[in-house]
Amino acid sequence: MSSSEAAYLDHAATTPLLPAVLAAMAGQLGRVGNASSLHASGRAARRVAEQSRERLAEALGARPSEVLFTGGGTESDNLAVKGLFWARRDADPRRRRIVVSPAEHHAVLDSVEWLAAHDGAEVTWLPVEPTGRVTPRALRAALGTGEDVALASVMWANNEIGTVSDLAALAGVAHAVGVPLHTDAVQAVGQVPVDFAASGVDALTMTAHKLGGPMGAGVLLLRRDVACTPLLHGGGQERDVRSGTLDVAAIVGLQVATTTAVADREDRADRLAALRDRLVAGVVAQVPDVQLNGAPLDDLLDGTVEGGPGRLPGNAHLSFPGAEGDALLMLLDARGVECSTGSACSAGVARPSHVLLATGADPDRARSSLRFSLGHTSTDADVDALLAVIGPVVERARRAGMGRR
Amino acid sequence: MRLLAAMSGGVDSAVAAALAVDAGHEVTGVHLALSPDRQTLRSGARGCCSVEDAHDARRVADELGIPFYVWDLAERFAEDVVEDFVAEYAAGRTPNPCLRCNERIKFSAVLDRARALGFDAVVTGHHARLAGGELRRSVDAAKDQSYVLAVLTADQLAGAVFPLGSMTKRRVREVAAERGFAVAAKADSHDICFIPDGDTRGFLTRRLGARPGPVVDAATGAVVGEHAGAHGFTVGQRRGLGVAAGDSRPRYVLGIEPVTRTVTIGTADLAGVGEVRTDPPTWTGPAAALPLRAEVQLRAHGTPVPCTVTAGDGGGLRLLLDSPQRGVAPGQSAVLYAPDAERGDRVLGQAAVASTAW
Repeated sequence: MSSSEAAYLDHAATTPLLPAVLAAMAGQLGRVGNASSLHASGRAARRVAEQSRERLAEALGARPSEVLFTGGGTESDNLAVKGLFWARRDADPRRRRIVVSPAEHHAVLDSVEWLAAHDGAEVTWLPVEPTGRVTPRALRAALGTGEDVALASVMWANNEIGTVSDLAALAGVAHAVGVPLHTDAVQAVGQVPVDFAASGVDALTMTAHKLGGPMGAGVLLLRRDVACTPLLHGGGQERDVRSGTLDVAAIVGLQVATTTAVADREDRADRLAALRDRLVAGVVAQVPDVQLNGAPLDDLLDGTVEGGPGRLPGNAHLSFPGAEGDALLMLLDARGVECSTGSACSAGVARPSHVLLATGADPDRARSSLRFSLGHTSTDADVDALLAVIGPVVERARRAGMGRR
Repeated sequence: MRLLAAMSGGVDSAVAAALAVDAGHEVTGVHLALSPDRQTLRSGARGCCSVEDAHDARRVADELGIPFYVWDLAERFAEDVVEDFVAEYAAGRTPNPCLRCNERIKFSAVLDRARALGFDAVVTGHHARLAGGELRRSVDAAKDQSYVLAVLTADQLAGAVFPLGSMTKRRVREVAAERGFAVAAKADSHDICFIPDGDTRGFLTRRLGARPGPVVDAATGAVVGEHAGAHGFTVGQRRGLGVAAGDSRPRYVLGIEPVTRTVTIGTADLAGVGEVRTDPPTWTGPAAALPLRAEVQLRAHGTPVPCTVTAGDGGGLRLLLDSPQRGVAPGQSAVLYAPDAERGDRVLGQAAVASTAW
């Protein structure tokens, strides 16, 4: 089955480009002008980039000067983790500790582990709840006096199991001991309420292509009073923190995608949550022993509607005991249903999800899981396509076993 | 048919998969991650194998428009192939890891899983002919791999497809080039895949440690030298014995006794083997009626020798070779063929060499 006919249930990997984004980008791609140039063409390009910066800032509760354009989520995470570590340690050599959750995206985890292996960082792993959430109490205990801590990093919403943490509460804990907090909000923006200023976090990662924008375009929101050592040196763009000629078309696409996703968030979230709930109920009806990973579907962050949802509305992460995620994915793919098993290495070897292992799940459960993620183009027909095949697929995958002795 | 193409990233398996697609089968590609070298594995949640080979295989699958996955069989490979290899050497025997991989990984672990997932058979790029359940040599004698496939049973062969058996290697490369596969000119693999530097003796020494023992002259029974480990020797080996004989006649390794670590050497007239006793055989079809006239091949790329096959002890076979052979070591596979110049020699079955006699 070709991808155009497939039921695409992998929006957390990437989601289709919005038509408005395509139009906005196409309008820029044919124009000449380096936003750093002083002549009229340069000014025109700069005007478009800066308008985008302002609109983006407004949508995310940030000031325009806090918006740093990057090449995507991975770069933003690297810049925040390494840049904050270097700047803080250089200001005070005692600050060598990084406090981080083991359920983070690899862009954060591998940056932290690189600093530990090559640059004298010490890592304190935060305990996570069985849902994957990091609690303020756990962060407080891990930070101690904070005087030896370079930074803390806790993701806003988990990319695999969709669990949302309370970043405002966590930022309060970090600031009480003078530690800056970075958050990877790649999955959160446009899905749950994200207000940079109100949350108090010091640095926030986001990316365009999870929102209907182009790939290769991201943002690091960085508070103006937070020092960050650059990864990329050159022309001094982006507050001297991220050099490189601005990709104006990508920036416009990122801006249109973000402002649209944020503006439509509530309606879309309600629709996706209902669709997601139907997906889970339909799978449970056919596979009664299926296990839901992460927070309950109707979880609320602080127990009230005001606190916002405790789980991403479009996320369903399920374990199928006795079946291997690998086999399930292959069988579903062959039947035109596209989903994900979590992380694979660059050679493509599926690994048990480090996120599930971090929540205390046993390796078999971690290996038997699938992520279904819904997005702006998801329909009832997509869910129906999954429900039409999931029963026999699980049965067959179980016959193939866990692939290990 | 629904076929699972095992794609190593090399040119043979690429063309085999392409021919299966051309033949109208529903083909899915898999790359087997087998690397047992834990140093190439990252600690933590992700591991990597031969990244480049996996990439090459994926490129071909994408060009063919077929699904492609990587199956992690590193644990099973380490257990069933690498550990077996080391244990066999430690026991003074000479194993063939490619044969073991076909027997226990490709046409066991992979085939079993493929069948459970709804596939009819596994396609590989082996150079051998397989039709009507009969396994025969490839038309390309130099590339023929029937020797390392002879261990497969009728049930395993029923789940195997070898599209390349009627093609020369040269033609395989031409087909790959015609299709624009980037792997068309990729070098053949010769070495044991889990010993990339080709230093088998070094690998075994690292795994087994130094195990010194005496080198004994078969004619006199005298100890003529000392060795660092019997695993460094293979029966029939002539070079690198590290002993100076009293005369100028070359010496060969005649036998390896693992318990006392004794390596026995002798002159050429003692190195020939006229009789081979084996462990119980496996047959590619119904068990052959004995006694039997056949050709036997005693190692990969060895020359086949006419022989008479009779029943031996404990369910094994006794092979009486028409002409004596050098370099026949316990652990090696004796593969029996029915000669057939026209359709290719047919594989009857195989058995591991247990012992030899003059």
